[in-house]
Amino acid sequence: MSSDNQEVLVKVKDLKMYFPITQGIVIQRHVGDIKAVDGITFNIHRGETLGLVGESGCGKSTTGRAILQLYTPTGGEVYFEGEEITGLKGEHLRKMRRRMQMIFQDPYASLNPRMTVGNIIAEPLEVHNILKRSERRDRVKELLEVVGLNPYFINRYPHEFSGGQRQRIGVARALALNPDFIVADEPISALDVSIQAQVINLLEDLQEQFGLTYLFIAHDLSVVRHISDRIAVMYLGKLVELADRHTLYDNPMHPYTQALLSAVPIPDPVIEEKRQRIILEGDVPSPQNPPKGCNFCTRCPKVFEPCYEQEPEFKEVEPGHWVACHLY
Amino acid sequence: MAVAELPAHTQLVRKPRSLMSDSINRLRKNKLALGSIAVLILIVLAAIFAPYITTGDFAKQDLMANNTIPHWMLPLMPKGAEQYLRFNDDYILGADDLGRDLWTRTVYGARISLAVAIVASTVSLLVGTIYGLISGYVGGTADAVMMRIVDFLYGFPFLIVVILLQTYFKAVARRGVGGGFGQAMVAINESMGGMFFLFLAIGLVNWIGMARIARGQVLSIRRKEFVEAAKAVGAPDIRIIFRHILPNIIGPLIVVETLAIPGYIFLEAFLSFIGLGVDAPTPSWGIMISEAAPGIRTYPNQLLPPALALTITTLAFNFMGDGLRDAFDPRLKE
Repeated sequence: MSSDNQEVLVKVKDLKMYFPITQGIVIQRHVGDIKAVDGITFNIHRGETLGLVGESGCGKSTTGRAILQLYTPTGGEVYFEGEEITGLKGEHLRKMRRRMQMIFQDPYASLNPRMTVGNIIAEPLEVHNILKRSERRDRVKELLEVVGLNPYFINRYPHEFSGGQRQRIGVARALALNPDFIVADEPISALDVSIQAQVINLLEDLQEQFGLTYLFIAHDLSVVRHISDRIAVMYLGKLVELADRHTLYDNPMHPYTQALLSAVPIPDPVIEEKRQRIILEGDVPSPQNPPKGCNFCTRCPKVFEPCYEQEPEFKEVEPGHWVACHLY
Repeated sequence: MAVAELPAHTQLVRKPRSLMSDSINRLRKNKLALGSIAVLILIVLAAIFAPYITTGDFAKQDLMANNTIPHWMLPLMPKGAEQYLRFNDDYILGADDLGRDLWTRTVYGARISLAVAIVASTVSLLVGTIYGLISGYVGGTADAVMMRIVDFLYGFPFLIVVILLQTYFKAVARRGVGGGFGQAMVAINESMGGMFFLFLAIGLVNWIGMARIARGQVLSIRRKEFVEAAKAVGAPDIRIIFRHILPNIIGPLIVVETLAIPGYIFLEAFLSFIGLGVDAPTPSWGIMISEAAPGIRTYPNQLLPPALALTITTLAFNFMGDGLRDAFDPRLKE
């Protein structure tokens, strides 16, 4: 799946996204930063699904948004097909946006309640002035069919749909411009379990059909395992481990990944009985003031001397298996 | 992947419902609001067709008929009034102390009140919404500065400013001094029957509250994911503001503005009452009440028409505003 000779579609290099904390009424003083994403580096290959997991607040969504330039990154670079897109402005950025789209978490908040489904899906086409007015309607109907909705719904409003249907509308909007790369920001966590599978299967079918590349952000480990080719684990703004899914699930190296995976229930009562959970102590430190050395040193069960002093390097321990830990 | 064609009988035939049509349906069920709207339409029609349903001359003095009343109004008068009353059935509501027809003046007074209601609310809605949109959408330092300006204006003693403005311009008008600008303002004012300064005064203040509300609404909407989705698609700011933010905030803003209209009408009446409103002989309900108030014991019939008209109009606007609020923004309902 993730062989080394694959073409790199998106390259993220030392990406940093800090949100400033300011004080003052008119004159804002800069008093600190929330280091939501603090120097992460990885590649996404064409046609693959990279799963990005981590607990709430670790910077997964921020990473996705910073890659799409919805936030202006504080530092680092993002390359799309070898071309740097960080710092792009105006028309250049708009051109790039056609190639990269996003699917949002909350299907209730991500559709404008005042617009018809037809207008919502046609918006990308209008903004980029693609197709004639009359052809757009046909294209929207086609997209509705692609995501498994009745084209008859074109004049309906979002509040007339269920959560799963709304998420399909969001997917259709993301597909309208024929993008190469889609960031799916927890696209199923707001849905009922019975609907989750449908949307996951839809995303997989679309990937096959259109050769899409996904960055799939989630915190549901079994879903990530199902859909991803490779999986990256984040903790407190940093990547701790990146490997293809089999390696990661069979041989997790970073203590955080091990703890995370030990929390996944196993659908086999015999094995489930023997499953040992690694319970982490304490809370995630504040991203405003991360600990010195390894970010995980405050909670790591295998912590030792260098962890408090030096930040571990994110290095390739085995071919295709990257870990940031002093143990390796 | 595509859905199979649905058989004909399962085709969904229900019409799509927009939030707007939902709101209108809710409004239709609200009897009080519908009644108020009907009353307001009547008042508007009366104001428009005033020349046809009245004598058409609100300033005409029939000095022989001053302080007369028609016979049907006798029961409204105080006991023992027959001794001093003079009757004249030419005027259905009677005539005031200068012999002017009260019916005509009351109907023409509706023009002033409605003009104030429409102009003041439009100005305040437009200016306030645009100001609030910019402040809320741009954010950061621009937002901070713009909102501090609003805070500053909010703390201004508005009534004193209006009194000073009115006194100054009235003085300019009387003495013909004040330079080109003052003269131009006075000319505009006179061509509008003294209403221009009223609009100016009311408009000057009321956009402020609107701007605050609009800004708050923008702040709550612009963080929504559909705005982010539009950005991800590459939509320019103008499009985001007009397609995504404005349609989602305009409902509550219109409701707030409608509920503020009675305030404007009262403000005009109040300013006219204390002599800072429209110029005589233009009839305004405030002026009429002010003129009739001293004679409340002897001639209550002169006070009644403008007072009733004012009450009914403001009540109708209030009920309509309530109805609109319930229809357009059900969450605001307590």
